[in-house]
Amino acid sequence: MKTINEVQDEIIEEFSMFDDWMDKYANLIEMGNELNDIDPKYKVDNYLIKGCQSRVWLYPTFEDGKIHFEGESDAIIVKGLVSLLLKVYEDRTAKEILESELYFIDDIGLTQHLSPTRSNGLLSMVKQMRLYALAYDRKINS
Amino acid sequence: MSFDVQEFRSHFPILDQEIYPKKKLVYFDNAATTQKPKCVAEAVEHYMMKVNGNIHRGTHKMASDATRAYEAVRDQVCSFMNAASREEIIFTKGTTESINLVAWSLGEMCLQTGDEVIVSEMEHHANIVPWQVLCQRKGAILKVIPFDKNGELRLDVFETLLSDKTKVVSVNHASNVLGTINPIEKIIQLAHLNGAYVVIDGAQGIGHCEVDVQKLDCDFYAFSGHKVYGPTGTGVLYGKRELLEQMPPFMTGGEMIETVTFEQTTYNVLPYKFEPGTPNYTDVIGLGAAIGFVLSYGKGKMVAWEEELYQYAISKLSQIDGFRLFGSAENKVGIISFAIEGVHHFDLGTLLDQLGFAVRTGRLCADPIMDHFEVQGVTRAALSPYNTKEEVDSFYSALLRLQQMFV
Repeated sequence: MKTINEVQDEIIEEFSMFDDWMDKYANLIEMGNELNDIDPKYKVDNYLIKGCQSRVWLYPTFEDGKIHFEGESDAIIVKGLVSLLLKVYEDRTAKEILESELYFIDDIGLTQHLSPTRSNGLLSMVKQMRLYALAYDRKINS
Repeated sequence: MSFDVQEFRSHFPILDQEIYPKKKLVYFDNAATTQKPKCVAEAVEHYMMKVNGNIHRGTHKMASDATRAYEAVRDQVCSFMNAASREEIIFTKGTTESINLVAWSLGEMCLQTGDEVIVSEMEHHANIVPWQVLCQRKGAILKVIPFDKNGELRLDVFETLLSDKTKVVSVNHASNVLGTINPIEKIIQLAHLNGAYVVIDGAQGIGHCEVDVQKLDCDFYAFSGHKVYGPTGTGVLYGKRELLEQMPPFMTGGEMIETVTFEQTTYNVLPYKFEPGTPNYTDVIGLGAAIGFVLSYGKGKMVAWEEELYQYAISKLSQIDGFRLFGSAENKVGIISFAIEGVHHFDLGTLLDQLGFAVRTGRLCADPIMDHFEVQGVTRAALSPYNTKEEVDSFYSALLRLQQMFV
């Protein structure tokens, strides 16, 4: 299995092929469309990450020391972003997630292109994933 | 003389730029804030570079020049709104502060447990929350005038809500989401027949409607300078003198006092009683330039062009498959809140931004309106007299192009 940083580097390379931001967004839309919807029973407030502009649900499961995430958003670009985060953090150990440094978001220029209120949605997602990892880490080590 | 949009536009250099490489800015977020004409920036710069002195205090020339300039803007606002006297014009930092001031201060004066305050379903949060908090503090009840499918207030329901318990009615002049220009003359008349005071949130009204507070007979009218070509951080609260005289001060400090001992303080006269501390006089001077600018063109001519542009935009945009307009009142300002079926407002706003269009998306500080239509948010294009038909055309083409990306 590839490391978190290997996956990040792949994403950076993929996005570097597009000169135009419209093409980058078209790519995100495609990723959003390809991401499987989560089970409707998990689309509840408990798993909702509240952002100002769109709704994101993140549902974690824990198995064999690894964390499995499912996620969805009602906005397709945001769903594309969820898809990127899942690629990076899917089936990782809590330790891997907690020790990781996410640089691909900056590197592909997403923080710059999503205004602060919007990128906060993205940052809340990352924060939530790390919180789940932290909780799981405490649980297995307690 | 007809309205020359290119000439008008030439006063706003900010509009003439590429916001991303090869993406010309089209600014349609005018309900959030309007751009500033050169004369406003120049007035602010002049006072910062040449005049600055703290008003109402110093004995030196700079202080007295600044005081004269600041107080001259009060006279200008007084005549702009046709208030009966300059003491009725209080400078604040914006509509939000103006409404909070009235809600707190008028509430202290007139509201008892069991009394009622009426707002409408189409208010901005800034005209809901201050009243809600006041009602909680006083044990009063907040009532709501609903709106109909076109986005017009149900005056028939309003009449049934009014009673001798109603102490305050606070509604907007024009809705920041639906664009509806509300029949405030009628609302004021009905409220007064029941002995209630009326507060008008003029944030969206001031730039688009003729405001004559004496003719309207409203008790309070609040607006923000930055929505009428002035600097941010400037606002006005108009209040009838006899009410402002009776109301307790909202904030206390320097300048608003007459004498202070450790036992007791007596307050300054109007309008200073409501302006504690050093006010934002520099930007108020900019607001003066903005009002002068509006008067030099005449609101009537500006609004006539905005109305023509609005009708043009609606005729184009309604050709788009799945286009849904929120708010189709007969009497509207140039606000177009809409959705395109199958496209999320966040996605639309993000991509419009990439193409150079500045629009607002989301809940627009008006959750009850979103709940009314059962939507999570909308996209809003708010027109200003400096916008052109060519900009509307390119917006229409952009929406068609973006719609294809989501098929």
